Amino acid sequence: MSALENTIAASVQSPVDHQAQARATLTQSLKRQYLYDLLFRNTTRFFAFLVLSLMFGIMLSLLWGGWLSIKTFGLGFLASTEWNPVTGEFGALVPIYGTLVTAFIALLIGIPVSFGIALFLTELSPIWLRRPLGIAIELLAGIPSIIYGMWGLFVFVPIFADHVQPWLLDTVGQWPLIGQLFKGAPQGIGVLTAGIILSIMIIPFIASVMRDVFELVPPMLKESAYGLGATTWEVMRHVVLPFAKVGVVGGILLGLGRALGETMAVTFVIGNAHRLNFSLFAPGNSIASALANEFTEAVEDIYSSALIELGLILFVITFIVLALSKFLLMRLAHMEGKQT
Amino acid sequence: MSALYRKRRIINAFNLTVSLFAVLFGLFWLGWILWTLVAHGFESIGMNMFTQTTPPPGSNGGLLNAIAGSFTMSLLATLIGTPIGIMAGTYLAEFGGRGWLGPTTRFINDILLSAPSIVIGLFIYAVYVAQVRHFSGWAGTFALSLLVIPVVLKTTENMLRLVPNSLREAAAALGAPQWRIVTMITWRAARAGILTGILLAVARISGETAPLLFTALNNQFWSSDMNAPMANLPVVIFQFAMSPYEDWQRLAWGGALLITTAVLALNILARVLFREKNPLQ
Repeated sequence: MSALENTIAASVQSPVDHQAQARATLTQSLKRQYLYDLLFRNTTRFFAFLVLSLMFGIMLSLLWGGWLSIKTFGLGFLASTEWNPVTGEFGALVPIYGTLVTAFIALLIGIPVSFGIALFLTELSPIWLRRPLGIAIELLAGIPSIIYGMWGLFVFVPIFADHVQPWLLDTVGQWPLIGQLFKGAPQGIGVLTAGIILSIMIIPFIASVMRDVFELVPPMLKESAYGLGATTWEVMRHVVLPFAKVGVVGGILLGLGRALGETMAVTFVIGNAHRLNFSLFAPGNSIASALANEFTEAVEDIYSSALIELGLILFVITFIVLALSKFLLMRLAHMEGKQT
Repeated sequence: MSALYRKRRIINAFNLTVSLFAVLFGLFWLGWILWTLVAHGFESIGMNMFTQTTPPPGSNGGLLNAIAGSFTMSLLATLIGTPIGIMAGTYLAEFGGRGWLGPTTRFINDILLSAPSIVIGLFIYAVYVAQVRHFSGWAGTFALSLLVIPVVLKTTENMLRLVPNSLREAAAALGAPQWRIVTMITWRAARAGILTGILLAVARISGETAPLLFTALNNQFWSSDMNAPMANLPVVIFQFAMSPYEDWQRLAWGGALLITTAVLALNILARVLFREKNPLQ
């Protein structure tokens, strides 16, 4: 008798036994699947935890690498303009100042332009043109930053030095107070140039967040304003903007976070000079460009430790800015969730 | 037409015109940069570029070692970063609804997405390069893979959230266990979106220079040893562009054109593959 016939015979003889056996197999299989589920869920959880711990890993490793410098210079590091690898005296004020000023210039130009782009894309552009235009603007964010740097140094800087800076010197440079910002030789490179190039780089980020939050505005609100006879601009200014305020600020902060940490483009054009100079034409330094230029040359422990501490400062600043941005955008999403 | 009405109309027309100029302003830079790249870089693209290694100043050469190095490191970084990103993203979308880990990781990941890439390089330097005491291709790979993770994680999560719950419920009603639902149903349904994320991640890391500066460093010669400093396009472009030698600068422009074409092509391909809006937002 074959095995199959055996089984059939057995089941005919005792159907109760067979059912119990089947139930046992099922229980076993369920148990196994339950185990697999547990395993799968915990594997994914492990990787999520890994990503989370990455952030703390970065924080700790920078703290650890910069510890020597933190111990040596203390809080004075933040206020000192000294940067002398020979004597081992380091201070972070010049790169911090350069980072903040370039990012500020970038926002000054970037915010209005991004707002204009978002306005055009949500309210004015014909539907068929929206997608290609949106993609074209987003491609600006796709261009690697080193390309911005090269283009800036070889193409933008000469034109800027020959045509724009002399003009700025003759006009704005003559004004009281503000004129102080536009003094010195028109070399092309410097803090202002870095700020302008940064502004081009952050426009796509701010514009795309602004466009997304503008699209969240309920059409009913806009339509009722139009129905009362408001112009497109008035709808934008008095209905869309107040509604999307939080998201707009979130987008701006996202752009700021990008501008603060941008490395290569700035490294090419800022001039890399460790001197505090209030003229925007003067070469300066940013945290990221100081790291890019000097880190591989830093042989002494205290030198590389000071650079790592600079990195830590940059990371903490961008962390705060980006966390704030994320927080605001989340609040907007939350508001939106409540309405629908 | 009252004076007030006319004034409002004029303000409106003026501001809308300005917004049109804002768009043209953006497109103007894009056009200018791309045109510059083609004008400067086109002449140096040729067979030599792909068959010869980086030359000493004053002689002819190509970018073979840099292209190969960039390709190897990007490929390995994608292979390392993608599974981590997909798994973590799966947790956030499928299991992380309750508890503290899901929301916290989502928040931190969004910050990592925009964190300065040079800091990532610094991190790998501190935990890997400084410990083994030499720059290496692996260090560059690890730095790049850390840039891949947040992009893949975010797109995976967003794409999995787009999969309708009824699909999951249908599979569960048929008695499928959870791991099968995720691997056989939701991953498959979100395939195009996840692939888009991977392409965007590759596009992002192929142009990154800052994290490679003090991890992979650079190598003048052909090297396939992942434990030695490795040539890569972005750093070679940086070094050659900043040099005073004209033939180096010419090569840098060629490399710049090459890298930008590749990155923009990947970006466009990703958007064609996934025709919805940008999956990163």
